[in-house]
Amino acid sequence: MSTISAKERMQIARQLMPEQEGLQRSGNFKEVNLGFSEQLAVLEAQRCLQCKDAKCIRGCPVQVNIPRFIQFITNGDLAGAAKSLASDNALPCISGRVCPQEEQCEGSCIRGAKGQPVAIGYLERFVADWALNQGSAAQEEAPAPTGKKVAVIGAGPAGLTAAGELAKKGHDVTIYEALHKPGGVLVYGIPEFRLPKKIVAAEVDRLTKAGVKIECNVVIGRTYTIPELQAQFDALFIANGAGLPVFMNVPGENFKGVYAANEYLTRVNLMEAYDAESANTPVLIGQRVAVVGGGNVAMDAVRTAKRLGAEKAMIVYRRTKEEMPARAEEIHHAAQEGVDFQLLVAPLEVVGDEKRWVTGLKCQRMELGEPDASGRRKPQPVAGSEFVLDCDVVVVAIGTKSNPLLTATCPELKLNKWGNIETDENGMTSLPGVFAGGDIVRGAATVILAMGDGKNAAQAIDRYLKTA
Amino acid sequence: MHTILAKKQLSPNVTRLDVLAPRIAEIKKPGQFVILRAREGDERIPLTIADADPTQGTIALVIQAVGKSTREIVAMEVCDAIRDISGPLGHPTELISSGRALCVGGGVGTAVVHPIAKALHAQGVQVTSVIGGRAKEWVIFEEELNRLGEVIVCTDDGSHGRKGFVTDAAKEVLEAGGIDVVYAVGPVPMMRAVANLTRPFGVHTIVSLNPVMVDGTGMCGGCRVDVGGETKFACVDGPEFDGHQVDFDLLADRLQTYREFEQRANACADGQCRIRR
Ligand SMILES: Cc1cc2nc3c(=O)[nH]c(=O)nc-3n(C[C@H](O)[C@H](O)[C@H](O)COP(=O)(O)OP(=O)(O)OC[C@H]3O[C@@H](n4cnc5c(N)ncnc54)[C@H](O)[C@@H]3O)c2cc1C
Ligand SMILES: Cc1cc2nc3c(=O)[nH]c(=O)nc-3n(C[C@H](O)[C@H](O)[C@H](O)COP(=O)(O)OP(=O)(O)OC[C@H]3O[C@@H](n4cnc5c(N)ncnc54)[C@H](O)[C@@H]3O)c2cc1C
Ligand code: SF4
Ligand code: SF4
Ligand code: FES
Repeated sequence: MSTISAKERMQIARQLMPEQEGLQRSGNFKEVNLGFSEQLAVLEAQRCLQCKDAKCIRGCPVQVNIPRFIQFITNGDLAGAAKSLASDNALPCISGRVCPQEEQCEGSCIRGAKGQPVAIGYLERFVADWALNQGSAAQEEAPAPTGKKVAVIGAGPAGLTAAGELAKKGHDVTIYEALHKPGGVLVYGIPEFRLPKKIVAAEVDRLTKAGVKIECNVVIGRTYTIPELQAQFDALFIANGAGLPVFMNVPGENFKGVYAANEYLTRVNLMEAYDAESANTPVLIGQRVAVVGGGNVAMDAVRTAKRLGAEKAMIVYRRTKEEMPARAEEIHHAAQEGVDFQLLVAPLEVVGDEKRWVTGLKCQRMELGEPDASGRRKPQPVAGSEFVLDCDVVVVAIGTKSNPLLTATCPELKLNKWGNIETDENGMTSLPGVFAGGDIVRGAATVILAMGDGKNAAQAIDRYLKTA
Repeated sequence: MHTILAKKQLSPNVTRLDVLAPRIAEIKKPGQFVILRAREGDERIPLTIADADPTQGTIALVIQAVGKSTREIVAMEVCDAIRDISGPLGHPTELISSGRALCVGGGVGTAVVHPIAKALHAQGVQVTSVIGGRAKEWVIFEEELNRLGEVIVCTDDGSHGRKGFVTDAAKEVLEAGGIDVVYAVGPVPMMRAVANLTRPFGVHTIVSLNPVMVDGTGMCGGCRVDVGGETKFACVDGPEFDGHQVDFDLLADRLQTYREFEQRANACADGQCRIRR
């Protein structure tokens, strides 16, 4: 046990994350946050008050026992911290990097009431990276095979987590993934500078070592149908995400130079257009890029544009920074990197030249009106405020819907009115033995919620298989 | 990995590869395509499944070398292997079950029309094919289509079959009457011309669109086309659509995205490249 007093703890200031300098990093795709050293981590860990009734835990969607793993850090027992963390969270290297901590664990931390909350996300990342660098830590003993077969559809965070948990219980797991590489949004959407590909690759590697089979290039609904899988497997987990881009439905949206964020990011990330030397997949490099939206996807797209070489990379958002749904850190990082924020601005039309190349985005200024039912102040147009924002590439990042490709080929699956799969409290769909989780159930949500669904579904599937 | 079991040059720039892909060979239907990635780091390229042999477990791809990726694919040899093949993708062709069909194929599009003609023939539909190419050596699948019904060959220079465009021959077939449906696959201008031709005849016309694609699962929106004023994703809603509803101008225009950009960038005096590939 460390011996510092509560008063001393209160006097330690929140440790800053070492990061690549803003202007330097906006020219490369390397990770922005460099990670805590052990010394910084221990200092930060000492700020935790080890609350009996730890509010932070309740703020975490998967109820990581935060004070417990932090206590191990304070004691210098990183292996203990890693073990503690791993028992609550299957992919801490990832959640530590991408969770909206300010709304979740850190948002509930008692130290945030007066001053800065404990940097739980940074600590989580520190421990998880440390464990990853130790290589295959104590190989867990292979569980006795149960002889039950489970198919997982989609290798995003929900599918990967479920597969890992199911393999731990001795089930024979096969993941079917539509793309050529597993990872879902973690590889095609979230850029290298926020979540290095090698971290996802290491997690995938760990799963295959644990006996999980991953078959890429298999599109369920086309290559195999749900009934075909039902005939071959004892249970299914559907985690195919919410990847159907929403467009603005404004004139000019099909001009050359308008991308949905999914396409833009997929070209750069999954297809590696960020690597100019070796990439075969092209992407348009705008000199002036306008990204429409205010979420994580928009921040990723605009920071990507900057890194690809845009002189001006702009966010066009119809509310103010306060209402932006993106992680606070991403907005902050984007600003540091020189991203231009066009706030209270709504697009009306994409403007193009005679050859239908984008030349601008016609916009309208907005003002915030009275709060609506949800408490958010609704933006309203300012009459006569139209103007054209010059740009040569427009990226639309205003959300995604559920992809009907799979569900359309299995009409027995009950959907809600948005096309998301309905599940009961165990994550089971209207088809017995068929479970679902992640964005296909929740609509576009978060990585940690998807992982939580994967974990819960794995437990429910295990129970189901024992009784079935 | 998908081993190439056979390779054949069909015309000066069109190559047929028979590739091991047992699952796809077993279930593919006419009109469907695959997306492949020849090697690690390569582009994802959509190609129609031109034929399949479920007993051998192979699918046939008929590839026109137009750019870097397609040139690299046709440079592969027997025993080489294609890294990734995803599919079968897209909706199968809407087939009529009786009556008469006119199948129009231009260039490599003939390879796409052939499986449709084959399936129609198997259902007892009477098939007439009109196919074309620049000159004799550019005409493909003539022999295969001959087994399914009447074939009219058109070449630009008259070196084989009739001299002229496929639309001229198609017009005569339509005027003779009795055609219930037209399937047209080829370069965008050809499909547009066929759609314009059949419109006054009121004959339902199905075309197969080839916009630029990335994932092929409806995730990226890159393959968007305008059909009847509505945005559709060709990879999941198509690739075949009612030719009378398609905005061909938009399709042709969007297909220019990377080509024009490349040319512009090359012409750029300061040499600053504005496209990455
Ligand atoms: C650019 C971007 C940035 C984001 N940033 C953050 C962030 O910082 N923090 C955060 O918490 N959340 C973030 N999110 C949201 C988060 O990534 C998602 O909520 C999460 O990935 C959902 O996980 P999932 O497993 O349900 O689905 P996905 O990650 O979407 O994975 C689904 C997988 O299923 C595959 N698939 C789809 N259809 C089929 C089929 N028919 N057959 C087989 N496979 C199929 C897909 O190819 C994909 O690999 C971001 C999202 C995007 C797009
Ligand atoms: C559903 C579908 C099925 C297809 N089936 C076949 C097939 O069976 N056989 C075949 O040879 N081709 C087919 N194509 C077209 C093929 O995918 C493209 O020719 C290929 O992607 C070009 O890649 P590249 O890198 O070699 O050429 P690029 O360097 O990308 O382009 C070279 C030239 O081809 C044009 N081009 C780019 N993409 C396409 C495209 N998708 N369609 C047409 N022109 C394009 C460019 O504008 C440019 O002028 C199909 C396309 C789709 C969408
Ligand atoms: S999983 Fe996310 S919310 Fe939970 S403790 Fe870790 S960073 Fe916080
Ligand atoms: S609420 Fe904050 S101080 Fe309390 S245990 Fe959690 S992290 Fe530590
Ligand atoms: S290719 Fe991406 S949506 Fe069709």
